[in-house]
Amino acid sequence: MVNYIWLGMIVSGIVVAAAHGQVEAVTRAVLEGADKAVKTSLNLVAILTFWLGMMRLAEASGLVSALAYLVRPVTRFLFPEVPPDHPAMGAIIMNLSANILGLGNAATPMGLVAMQELQKLNRGDPKTATASMCTFLALNTSCLTLIPTTIIGIRTIYGSADPTAIVGTTIFATACGMTMAVIVDRLLRHFYGRGVT
Amino acid sequence: MLEVLDEISRWVIPLLLLLIPLLAAARGIPVFEVFVEGASQGFHTAVKIIPYLVAMLVAINVFRASGAMEALVHLLAPLLNPLGFPPEVLPHAVMRPLSGGAALGIATDLIATHGPDSFIGQLVSTMQGSTDTTFYVLTLYFGSVGITRYRYAIVSGLMADFTSLVASVYIVNKLFHP
Repeated sequence: MVNYIWLGMIVSGIVVAAAHGQVEAVTRAVLEGADKAVKTSLNLVAILTFWLGMMRLAEASGLVSALAYLVRPVTRFLFPEVPPDHPAMGAIIMNLSANILGLGNAATPMGLVAMQELQKLNRGDPKTATASMCTFLALNTSCLTLIPTTIIGIRTIYGSADPTAIVGTTIFATACGMTMAVIVDRLLRHFYGRGVT
Repeated sequence: MLEVLDEISRWVIPLLLLLIPLLAAARGIPVFEVFVEGASQGFHTAVKIIPYLVAMLVAINVFRASGAMEALVHLLAPLLNPLGFPPEVLPHAVMRPLSGGAALGIATDLIATHGPDSFIGQLVSTMQGSTDTTFYVLTLYFGSVGITRYRYAIVSGLMADFTSLVASVYIVNKLFHP
């Protein structure tokens, strides 16, 4: 899937650029894209290092397992293959909580810890995503944000009479997206079948 | 309302930083050593992501800069117009799963042009807040553990994005349409 999308974007991009007589735009776009990717990764170093340290402390303090215990009925339904006491569960919960609170900076490191833990449970091919990983990412990409801080800030800058008016509509739209994510994930999980972990 | 939200977002991180080490110390954990042990993986994780992100961001950038994305918007416009979906907002909907920064740029531009309290302003604000940069998140998360076969993750991610989009159009039409 990702192979076709990747190839599709590149091929259609070059064809369209050639048709417009501006192939050189492609060359520039390649360099800019690669540059942005490396800078993004390196910018992550600081925040990743810090939050991975905090995550380890949160695990050691018992905070993560307390949280995991609280939401156990939900996670048992969503992640039937992950043992309830496994560190993956704690990291998944920390990531989703950070997402809900709108703490994007903290959410990414916690999500990466969750992926590492889920990979430890992967008993199939280490290059193929497991069902739990797909469920986790479906939830993560559609995850409810209670306070969309960035866009509220932009609305304030441009003189909105009620910058938070969109909080309700945003929660409604996200809830619909999340419900769809869970349903589609459940269906595809059975449809694909293999790679059971 | 806004002040309360502001206060909350100011306090969340400092409170976490206070609570987590204190809890750990109360349990007799050597907090400094444990922190450093966890933090030592940070650099390795970030560097491991680089090739995956380069591959994905180069493709997205070529797709966008060449004008192919605009062509896709033109193709999709007739399908979405009957749903009460203003064509001005379509570039945002197409860009949102691909590039968070670019989508935010489009949203800011629409808010500046049409006003934050206009129908388009409310709609694009809701869309920006209710979906995520699906391709970026998948590339980053799968890349960090070396996974190259995503199976159905892209399908469920995009289905969720599309549902949020339709739900945004529905709810904003219902609440804010003149």
